[in-house]
Amino acid sequence: MTTLAGTDIVTGSIHRGLPARIAARTGGGVLRVFLVVIALVWLVPTLGLLVESFRDPAQYANGGWWHALAHPAQLTVSNYSELLKNSSITSALINTVLISVPATLLVILIGAAAGYAFAWIDFPGRDWLFLLVIGLLVIPIQIALIPVSKLYTSLGISGSLLSVILFHVGFGLPFAIFLLRNYFAGIPRDLLEAARMDGASEAKIFFRVVLPLGMPAVASLGIFQFLWVWNDLLVALVFANQSSQPITVALIDQTRQFGSSIDILAPGAFVSLIIPLIVFLAFQRFFVQGVLAGSVK
Amino acid sequence: MSIAEGEPAAGAPAVGSSMLLEAERRTTDGGAARRHKPRRGAPGEKRWFAWVFLAPALVMLGAILLYPLVYSIVRSLFSDTPTGAVKSFVGLHNFRDIFTDSRSLQAVKNNVYWIVVVPTLITILGLVFAVLTERIRWATVFKTVLFMPMAISALASGITFSLIYADQPTRGLGNAIAIGIHDTFSSSSPYPTVQPRDTKVFVGSAKTGFTTHQSYSPGTAALLPLVGLNLTHPPSSTAQATAPSTGSGVFGVVWNDFRLGGGGTLGSVDTGERGLGGMAVQAVQGEKVVATTHAASNGQFSFPTLRSGTYQLRLPASAFGQPFGGYSWLGPNLITPAIMATYLWIYAGFAMVLIAAGMAAIPRDALEAARVDGASEWQVFRRVTAPLLAPVLMVVFVTLAINVLKVFDVVYVLQQVAGGSAGKADVLAVSLFRDFGNQQYGLASAIGVLLVVLVIPAMILNIRRFRRDQT
Repeated sequence: MTTLAGTDIVTGSIHRGLPARIAARTGGGVLRVFLVVIALVWLVPTLGLLVESFRDPAQYANGGWWHALAHPAQLTVSNYSELLKNSSITSALINTVLISVPATLLVILIGAAAGYAFAWIDFPGRDWLFLLVIGLLVIPIQIALIPVSKLYTSLGISGSLLSVILFHVGFGLPFAIFLLRNYFAGIPRDLLEAARMDGASEAKIFFRVVLPLGMPAVASLGIFQFLWVWNDLLVALVFANQSSQPITVALIDQTRQFGSSIDILAPGAFVSLIIPLIVFLAFQRFFVQGVLAGSVK
Repeated sequence: MSIAEGEPAAGAPAVGSSMLLEAERRTTDGGAARRHKPRRGAPGEKRWFAWVFLAPALVMLGAILLYPLVYSIVRSLFSDTPTGAVKSFVGLHNFRDIFTDSRSLQAVKNNVYWIVVVPTLITILGLVFAVLTERIRWATVFKTVLFMPMAISALASGITFSLIYADQPTRGLGNAIAIGIHDTFSSSSPYPTVQPRDTKVFVGSAKTGFTTHQSYSPGTAALLPLVGLNLTHPPSSTAQATAPSTGSGVFGVVWNDFRLGGGGTLGSVDTGERGLGGMAVQAVQGEKVVATTHAASNGQFSFPTLRSGTYQLRLPASAFGQPFGGYSWLGPNLITPAIMATYLWIYAGFAMVLIAAGMAAIPRDALEAARVDGASEWQVFRRVTAPLLAPVLMVVFVTLAINVLKVFDVVYVLQQVAGGSAGKADVLAVSLFRDFGNQQYGLASAIGVLLVVLVIPAMILNIRRFRRDQT
């Protein structure tokens, strides 16, 4: 049903919804203008950041980014070329990748294995253990900062990339197990029975049957977790050190001198958001699924 | 479902439901056939193998979630030495400190504001957007645009909004707009620095405006001298003043009675002295303003309609006030609302998409049946849509409430940018982070435990929802 408000009115269809009625009363124009304004309110801040990131920082003191629209001469790529020469920023960007990718893959692997066990293996205490996982979904990460940092000290991994990764894996797991268990449980049991009849091992069933069939859920989880870790500030702020800090931490240090650091902050923030944005736009479907399913977190 | 598939086919199963709901449906609607209580000794099934699959997850959950939970509960009962070592058992003393220490009390108060205001506001906004875009052709684009902030970091959002909240009016978009709107509805003073030299000609103040002692009648030029104009950079609205000799009605000149380098006669218009173009002049009779005019750039003004009688002249207060300089968005009064607005920008799309998914899942038949029965659109919404949507609204609200309770990133980033007034925006998670940094582990643990206690209702809700769906 792709009919529009307008054609609904023409055909007198009973599908007229509330918006159609509003549109009919106001000639549709008011509603459209309102929604365009709202969309602009949501777009303009990010566009402003983009323009500012290409602006000669000396101009910041004289006025906001919109002045560059009238005076394109203010625009320059030097912020970005300087940023790429800034070794603390580039190494932070690399760290972001080095944290996000393993943290995502590990959550998928460990979560899927547990999800499979919860969905398809009848072991004693299964239901209670799964309720525990559901209970852990909403635990705030703040509770773990102190004990885990002490744990890391005693393990000798304080400040390392690994320490940041492991924390993200731990807090990513309840949701991963919850999502994948529910999805795996929907796989027709005949398929698994057949595989078991054929004498396939549990490992083989997991890798050859369950994981491939569960791909949509795995993709959602992966993208959700990737963006979560990529965008994280608090965990890295607590556990990373100078050499393992991701881009979010590298930039937060500059925000205290906002005006004078604008030549790093604006392009840095834009670089840090462009990857998630591309991932979001490319895999919108999966990301939205992940977020919707994550609405228990 | 995707944002792109907001419109479900009539009669077809709702495409818009979440994977969670879908997954639940699979396990429940499928009935006995789908329910998997694997029989004991099912061929090939090795139950001990479950622990091989579970082990990595259990180790991680134990180390990163369960152990910290127990540790924090115990640690919250002990006080700290300045270096973060355990000092002594203090019972619930740390919890009392949260509500008595002025800084953490500020955080508690702010968390209450956040919980009261933000989830409700975002849920309502999400509902409005979801309803309004239900049948808009470019709903996909609209939803993508609104959902986008969910994908980017709170840090990037914070920096983005710092560009809006910059309190230098010329830098921040927020103030540029606020000043634009303000100046559209009330004219601002062109000459905030000028004033009478003394009380010989005028009586009054910059707040009430200045009124002449003398009354003027048509035919004689009124000379209204002021001082204080920036003569090194005179505004373009000023020019060499000229004293009028004749005019229609009441007339005169308002000018800056001082020239660069000094000299000239007090109270008379000399070469080099500039007229205050655009200055408002009011004619007053018996405390009543009877006419208003504006001076030309040479300072001359006239009231051609006032052909008889005597009038006092007044320069109204609006001519002297400081111009509106915008708001201090990240100042102590507005910082929390400003951060909330940023948060709303991030999460409104989330609420909208979730609610739109819920709306798409409402069976079309129910809506059409109601409409066929002659229900008005509002009745359909009230009686059919709203009740069927209530569980989704609840999920959105609870999710937002949990998130708001733990809010850290956005607040922390904008506090960093704000600098001085930042403490006014503290929330519990920020307070905890600072105590952690100061090695006040007992206090920080107490805040952490408080946060856990506050999410317990949501925890129970999730478990109940799951158990209900399983039976």
